[in-house]
Amino acid sequence: MPPNPGRRDVLVGGIASAIGLGLLDGCATVPTAPAAAAPSDLVDLSLEVNGQRRALRIDPRTTLLDLLRENLGLTGAKKGCDMGQCGACTVLVDGQRIDSCLALALQVEGRKVTTIEGLARGEELHPMQAAFIEEDAFQCGYCTPGQILSAVALLAEGVADSDGAIREGMSGNICRCGAYPNICAAVRRLRGRG
Amino acid sequence: MSVGKRFPKVDGASKADGSGIYADDISLPRMLHAKILRSPHANARIRRIDPSPALQVPGVVATLIGAEMPEKYGVIPWTHDEQALATDHVRFVGDEVACVAALDERTAEEALKLIEVEYEVLPAILTPEDALAHPEIKVNERAKVGNITKQVQLEFGPVDEALASAATIARQTYFYAGSTHTPIEPHCAVARVDADGNLTVWSSTQIPHYLQRELSRVLGLPQAKVRVIQPLLGGAFGGKSDPFSLEFCVAKLALKTGRPVKILFTREEVFYAHRGRHPMKMDVTVALDREGRISAVDNKILIDGGAYASFGLVTAYYAGQLLTGPYRFGTYRFDSKRMYTNKPPCGPKRGHGSVQPRFAFEVALDEAAEKLGIDPIEVRRRNFIGEFVETVNGQKITSNGFLKCLELVEEASGWRTRHGKLGPGRGLGVAGSMYITGTAYPVYPNEMPQSGVLVKLDRSGRVAIFSGASDIGQGVNTLLCQIAAEELGCDPRDVTIVAADTDLTPVDLGAYSSRVTFMVGLAAREACLKLAEKLRVAGGANFTEACQRAEAIEGAPLAAAGGYRTQKLGGDYRGGTIGASPAYSFTAHVAEVEVDEETGIWKVSKIWAAHDCGKALNPTLVEGQIEGSVYMGAAEAQMEEMVYDQRGLLFGPSLLDYRIPTSLDTPDLESFIVESNDPGGPYGAKEAGEGPLHPAIPAIANALHDACGIRIRELPFYPQRILKLLRERRDKERAA
Repeated sequence: MPPNPGRRDVLVGGIASAIGLGLLDGCATVPTAPAAAAPSDLVDLSLEVNGQRRALRIDPRTTLLDLLRENLGLTGAKKGCDMGQCGACTVLVDGQRIDSCLALALQVEGRKVTTIEGLARGEELHPMQAAFIEEDAFQCGYCTPGQILSAVALLAEGVADSDGAIREGMSGNICRCGAYPNICAAVRRLRGRG
Repeated sequence: MSVGKRFPKVDGASKADGSGIYADDISLPRMLHAKILRSPHANARIRRIDPSPALQVPGVVATLIGAEMPEKYGVIPWTHDEQALATDHVRFVGDEVACVAALDERTAEEALKLIEVEYEVLPAILTPEDALAHPEIKVNERAKVGNITKQVQLEFGPVDEALASAATIARQTYFYAGSTHTPIEPHCAVARVDADGNLTVWSSTQIPHYLQRELSRVLGLPQAKVRVIQPLLGGAFGGKSDPFSLEFCVAKLALKTGRPVKILFTREEVFYAHRGRHPMKMDVTVALDREGRISAVDNKILIDGGAYASFGLVTAYYAGQLLTGPYRFGTYRFDSKRMYTNKPPCGPKRGHGSVQPRFAFEVALDEAAEKLGIDPIEVRRRNFIGEFVETVNGQKITSNGFLKCLELVEEASGWRTRHGKLGPGRGLGVAGSMYITGTAYPVYPNEMPQSGVLVKLDRSGRVAIFSGASDIGQGVNTLLCQIAAEELGCDPRDVTIVAADTDLTPVDLGAYSSRVTFMVGLAAREACLKLAEKLRVAGGANFTEACQRAEAIEGAPLAAAGGYRTQKLGGDYRGGTIGASPAYSFTAHVAEVEVDEETGIWKVSKIWAAHDCGKALNPTLVEGQIEGSVYMGAAEAQMEEMVYDQRGLLFGPSLLDYRIPTSLDTPDLESFIVESNDPGGPYGAKEAGEGPLHPAIPAIANALHDACGIRIRELPFYPQRILKLLRERRDKERAA
């Protein structure tokens, strides 16, 4: 009897059968070693997160998103899809926005990572955070940290010179509550303020 | 005064600075991570299942199979037909089969592959037509007849007589594709058992109370030992209003291992959890008399339900019961059938059950009016049902601002000078709708209040509100602060909300059927008014002093409770209470579209949406609900569809393949609030979260007709479908 498909195999198996091939049947590999990395496989990582230097020993397979959420307790970046499709995990690396679920933590060795927790200046919210609140640019709030960081980077990129450009520039961050008009209004509010 | 004012969300800062806690942000000492094995077959018997090899993997702590909690459950007590993990029968690709808890997620996922399951694959039923044709192939054993979850046949007045004497009749078949909620937060649940055996489940749920009941039943624990807490919720839209497998699995595994357990669904699994919009095929007949009055409506509805009932019993009713406003129907008949099929179960997506027939009806009404040469807005105005009237099916309408809604969108869109005159490829379309403000009755019959709110005043001047209501982004916690400020005279920022915790807060039935503002609002107001009277008698220079004086007079802590009590409503016939609501909201949209007739590519240029919410307790929140609804409706018209292959496998369960609009695809929209001041609602309020979705789809379809003379009757309105209709139109023109 072939091993039973796991979750990720369902789609692959379905496609194989649909195109009349049985090639993938029976190919699922049986793990012989534990999935968690053995202590000897751990690697050192050093980076700067929200202005603080951090040195850790991690499983090399750890994504930047999991590093932030699981290893550093910075849960502001959200796991909406883990496939780079929703933007809820957006963080800044050396000021540039990336989907942290698509980066391995090791890729940001030595670099500066800014998460939503590092955006406020002391007690005072970052102007983009304040603009999101003032414009009611969210409902459930799950995509909001990613939207705010994406908006901060968009303004720094200097290309948000029209409403169309704001929409284009924010199109990698999905908001299912449909707060787009207010998200764009929040970005517009800060545009040109430097 | 605070009610009726624009006021930022009270949880805004915690959402903007990342400090808000959602279910997946909860991490407990010694917590295990679990993963669920899912069926690769659409319909199969489980011949044998052996999870023991998974236990050999280092790091795996426990496994779980269906036989360990075989009790069936479901959100509706009459249709318990689901198991957390299948014991003997899997009913769709993605149905849950077994579960593994391990020290980390990756280990659990790898160990799933070792679980041995032997299936006997059965033929799969993938369409409702096949479900009817093959009653011998049982998708779900709960169905008494063939594969029918529920059939409803109701007739109000002599429909056939009215059809025989009609001036004109529009009769066509429409198809509404299935779509899904896609909240950005995947379902997540964490369970913990304390030293005394009390179970706590934190879950991304819209229905903490119903979940508590089902957990108790399935796990065989007294309800008093089960506590459900809903943390911040990252979007729901109806997609988190059933009990789900992961909640039972984490609870059972926590009981089994004595350790906390978490499951976070992957994005792919969210698609299998589904409970989205039911695909519906509708044969609709609309008859008008010589004056353009609706003399008869007849609708035959075939509903594709998926593998389990979910809210399907209600869906079968709503598909017919909620169509009978804002227009007066002379006579009405519907026959709706919800079928089980071997696909992920459908359920209540925003505008549950009534979005699909609304699309078909509003397009048919346009078509019938066109035959009589009546303007689309005029025919809707002429058929207005009125205020404080009874519908043809016995539902009591109270306040009704529909005419004002029509007037606003007519004016704002420049309808009179622009409809029919925008030139080739551009057009305007209109549609109206009605929706419930809460379903009149709880899902399980009982005499207790549907909503409770406790308010406590501290001598510091701090107000604490204990409310069972689920804030799912719609902002009920903010409304509660505003109501407290309004009645007690405190600063709304000095209110603490303790919400949606079945141990600490009074019961609220959940964030579904647009019931929260109305029912929780009334309960909160009642509690606050009791305390306001004590503060008035006590007097004092300011709020804090008044609290202290009142507490001294009382000789006990200052607290009061309020409730929302079920009203007796609905028609006097079997099923007449389903669709009954203490108040109905009304909406009108005008949509403007642009079509490239060479390619069929089209876009919505703008939607004007006017919504009668009774009274906007916070206009900013109401506008957000209108805009979010219009966005979601337009999305269904434009691009969203759940597509399966011939084996029942969902194509591309991801956010790239299941396309949802980004900021680039979302139409410009302008929203208008209409306040009809409902006599039954808190401060006159009615619902705003679901009604405004309905007219978007038919308004767009009607605009496409104005733009290029085609009638599209199948969702989504893909460019290739538009192109096909354009070619048919040209062929017809050439032949003429």
